Amino acid sequence: MSEAVRHDLLAPAGGWHRRRARLGVHLVLLAFALCYLLPLAVVVLNSFRDLGDIGRNGLLAVPRSFSLAHWSVVWNRFCVSGGCAGIAPFFFNSLAMAIPATAISTMLGALNGYILSKWRFPGSQTVFLLMTLGVFMPGQMVLLPWAITLGWLGLTNTIAGLVLIHCVQGLSFTTLFCRNYYVGIPDELIRAARIDGAGFWRIFLRIVLPLSPPILIVTVIWQFTGIWNEFLFGVTFSSGAHQPITAALIGLATTGTSVHQYNVESAAVLIAALPPLLIYLVGGRYFVRGLTQGAIK
Amino acid sequence: MPYPQAGSAGPAAIMQRLRRLPLTPPLVLAPSLIATLVYVVGFALWSAWMSVSTSTLLPRYGYAGFVHYRALWSNHRWGIAYTNLFLFGSLYVAGAALLGLLLAILIDQRVRAEALWRTVFLYPLAISFVVTGTVWRWIFNPTSGVQHLVRSLGWHDFSFDWIVRRDTAIYTVVITGIWHASGFAMALFLAGLRAVDPDLIKAAQIDGAAMPRIYLRIILPTIRPLFVAVLVILLQFAIKTFDLVLALTSGGPGIATTVPAIYVYDLMFQRGQLAEGAAAAVMILAALVVVLVPYGMWASWRRSRV
Repeated sequence: MSEAVRHDLLAPAGGWHRRRARLGVHLVLLAFALCYLLPLAVVVLNSFRDLGDIGRNGLLAVPRSFSLAHWSVVWNRFCVSGGCAGIAPFFFNSLAMAIPATAISTMLGALNGYILSKWRFPGSQTVFLLMTLGVFMPGQMVLLPWAITLGWLGLTNTIAGLVLIHCVQGLSFTTLFCRNYYVGIPDELIRAARIDGAGFWRIFLRIVLPLSPPILIVTVIWQFTGIWNEFLFGVTFSSGAHQPITAALIGLATTGTSVHQYNVESAAVLIAALPPLLIYLVGGRYFVRGLTQGAIK
Repeated sequence: MPYPQAGSAGPAAIMQRLRRLPLTPPLVLAPSLIATLVYVVGFALWSAWMSVSTSTLLPRYGYAGFVHYRALWSNHRWGIAYTNLFLFGSLYVAGAALLGLLLAILIDQRVRAEALWRTVFLYPLAISFVVTGTVWRWIFNPTSGVQHLVRSLGWHDFSFDWIVRRDTAIYTVVITGIWHASGFAMALFLAGLRAVDPDLIKAAQIDGAAMPRIYLRIILPTIRPLFVAVLVILLQFAIKTFDLVLALTSGGPGIATTVPAIYVYDLMFQRGQLAEGAAAAVMILAALVVVLVPYGMWASWRRSRV
């Protein structure tokens, strides 16, 4: 939309200079892009290489071997975090944690945002401020209370416990995002619907929700990647077979003494990074747009 | 007006007003509100109380005074953690913001395939710190990573062993952190650059101003509020840094790259000193408050002025 009014700052420099400047810009960008892509290239390439090849030539080398075997090893035979059933169980733990927690916190966030922007009541501004504070709460500050609370609820070392934590913690973000977005929906729209006799739920389902996809995409991406990638709560409140994938993978980094199986570990790292990466590649465009429109304000 | 309004503060009138208020919204909000109250206020106070309690391996609720804070601040390791936070925090915030700004300005020059560049610079944000730290650990590792590569190309006494040296390991954390966050800064700056009034720029161009001058004198000053926002966001990332360091250096070599967030975890779950761990957590919260409260006041002051 802003394409038409985009200024061309290289324009004042005439023909030849301008072409050279443009080439320079692209070359600098290319140099940076290669640095940014290096870690991704390292894990992708090494996940197909033999250990002998890696041992001889190092991790940063042109592959001289190719095998898909490490991928099946990592999925169901690789030994990590005290078991040897591969990375699959931890992957499914993370899915079982991230999907419900994302869905619940997004749904509640949309409702809260709708109330705090369109159904204000005495004190609703204070409620909003309080919920915003939750965004900044450092995890370390709530670690002990959560540990004790999960114990009371009988949810220690369960996926359900982690879902609960991520829902409560995520409420702040989702409410903030949705409220800031819904403020932009004209109040007249809501008022007109109320005069027509529509109530709270009807207005939400018929008017607000159909206008919500842009912000719901942002919220879902933010929540899913955040919960999938979260480590502190995962490693503190789960152990053994109940760990999410980030908590299980820290073992790769901290087992300093044993010999690294870099190829299998590369595949493991890649699998752990894949879901958020895919979501980002598919929805990233909307994410950046939404984030700069409403969330950062 | 058929009825006098003067007595509207009476109980009957209040009841009447309450009855007219729709009840559904507060009822729907209530569970979230209660959860947040417990989480933000309750848990924070709980931890704060733990930090002055007699807890050791198990939580106890007797009052012990500020002994744990004194113990914390006289601890050598906490001093290193705090110094590291300042060193890492300032270099990481400045580095990620400057690099993000540079990339945003470059991309703003009507480059080809803009979406592709943006995707390349932003994808690290989608990747967890555990994965990021693990991979960069391999790259920094002298026997398998960059040093090995350059030596195998023929430069036999090339040395890049920052990650295994006490005095330089923290800089590997800085580099990795910048790799992770600079794309985010780029995206925010790019949106800001695109929002600058094009007429302003056109006028300067007609006056014959050169490009660097236009940026320094016109474009960057107009997005100054955005700078502050980006710096604050990055700074609160820095204060919470935990898993990145754990995966990259495990706080080592020795304790050279330990940070407050790691220290809290260690005190609580490795050494069983719950109270001192809670005191360290309160110090992290204090650092956040020092950053965020002035920002919040400044932001609301600006909004009220417009």
